[in-house]
Amino acid sequence: MKRLAGYYCFAIATLMLPLLFPDSYYVTVVGVTVCTNIVLAVSLNLLMGYAGQISLGHAAFFGLGAYSSAVLTIKYGMNPWLAMTAGVIAVTVLSYVLSRPILRLKGHYLAMATLGLGIIVHIFFVQADQFTGGPDGISGLPVLSILGYPIDSDLKWYWTFAIFMLASVLFSLNIAHSRSGRALAAVHGSEIAAQMLGVDTARVKSYVFVFSAVLACITGSLFAHQQDFVSPESFSFFFSIELVTMVVLGGLGSTFGAVIGAILLSLLPEVLLVFEDFEVMIFGAILMVIMIFLPQGLFVAMEQTFFRLLRRKNQRAADVTS
Amino acid sequence: MSLLEARKLEKQFGGLKAISGLSFSVPENIIFSVIGPNGAGKTTLFNMLTSIYKPTSGSIFYKGNNITGMPPHKVAGLGITRTFQNLQVFLNMTALENVKVGCHLHSKSGLISAALRLPSVMKEEHRVRKMAMEVLEFCGLGDIADMPASALPYGILKKLEIARALAAQPDLLLMDEPAAGLNDTETMELCDLIVQICQSGITIILVEHNMRLVMEISHHVLVLNYGKLLAQGSPYEIQHNSKVISAYLGGE
Repeated sequence: MKRLAGYYCFAIATLMLPLLFPDSYYVTVVGVTVCTNIVLAVSLNLLMGYAGQISLGHAAFFGLGAYSSAVLTIKYGMNPWLAMTAGVIAVTVLSYVLSRPILRLKGHYLAMATLGLGIIVHIFFVQADQFTGGPDGISGLPVLSILGYPIDSDLKWYWTFAIFMLASVLFSLNIAHSRSGRALAAVHGSEIAAQMLGVDTARVKSYVFVFSAVLACITGSLFAHQQDFVSPESFSFFFSIELVTMVVLGGLGSTFGAVIGAILLSLLPEVLLVFEDFEVMIFGAILMVIMIFLPQGLFVAMEQTFFRLLRRKNQRAADVTS
Repeated sequence: MSLLEARKLEKQFGGLKAISGLSFSVPENIIFSVIGPNGAGKTTLFNMLTSIYKPTSGSIFYKGNNITGMPPHKVAGLGITRTFQNLQVFLNMTALENVKVGCHLHSKSGLISAALRLPSVMKEEHRVRKMAMEVLEFCGLGDIADMPASALPYGILKKLEIARALAAQPDLLLMDEPAAGLNDTETMELCDLIVQICQSGITIILVEHNMRLVMEISHHVLVLNYGKLLAQGSPYEIQHNSKVISAYLGGE
């Protein structure tokens, strides 16, 4: 299983952390944020990195998941799992209906359309205050339980998020080496050539858009239960940009690139607590520096350098023996 | 019976008639070449035959079915594929992955089953890999399978694009200037490859400027000039056609 060697190391590290540091704030609290961002970045990478379709509105689907759970459980007393399912169904339908017209657009136009989507959804969260509680948000979600075991401590939440995150990363890695993954990459490489080989590019783009939206939606539901509170601020345009930054920072098209990008940008605010007000500026600066100096992304650049060194070393060994 | 038939095809871009009143039919299992001076409408014709452009009027029949205006991926599904004048290799993949995309029509797993990597997906991956390797080897590209396409030289990429098209197992292959930019040795190799492809039962429509290549391997040649049919016939007939000679060399 050479293909997944990196994944297993990562999975073991993720699962070991709470065993080694069960009481650490960084594991139980920051860890959950990191896992949330990893799933979001990985799902966005399916769309942006694999299929080459930019989205500046990914936070919208994350928010829709969170709000469906919050509103349906609090205002309508629905069972949390049922609420989550309702959210998933709503997002599936919405994203599918939107995907056809939106994904016909390319480049800047697509960026603008998804930006608009993100902003509209955000405004809806703020304005529809009889449902969403307006700018103040809503709190008091019921405890989520899995097969009768309530998830009622920070550590249990870590486990929940870690497992969900690891599953998402595995999905993403699996898709890369499959017919669908190649069809996505083909759309990225040359849409016209993909069509000539029988790839229904509109459908492929639409499916990955829905898949990525649904992953974000489920993450949102879990996030709402874990935070026990939702407010529009968590799902703003800035968060969408942050997610794009994570994907680009790590390296477009690489699942682990998205993972690394998400980890770095989630930890950054912890390190830069003093600069809180400048956070967005710092993200902007990172995005610019990466685009100028490392357009292929941090992780991918590291990977390439590593393989180049390895090849050179092998070459030298071969030269010595011959 | 003819494999492909164009009836009174017409394509207009604004005031410009790129193709007008063009009718022809392509019999099965031959190399059918389309030649003509630059701007004669050869690529436009290709784009119509593969449904990238919709003809302004006229229709295209393939195996007796009207395929005019059908979405391009459906046309591909019927067994028509092509290579491009300006390369459209997927530079974000390896050579092998490029050819694997070519196998798209001959595999069927979807996004969800791929995410879960069901046993059926694994089996299919194995089959696709074997299929793609066979095609790569047929085209003499076996040893560069795992190289990223972005690192391969132009001549190899041209071949890779043909390999990718073959992986789709078409009945009709359209090749748009496959020899452009190749040196003499590469052109010779290409010549052999095209003949071999035709012998394997695939009909080829070829657009090419290299007249030696065209005259050597074509069974039938169609000459376009200003979007109109100028002449058609065997290579010998075309070489001795006074209208063709004056269109190419400028005549009285």
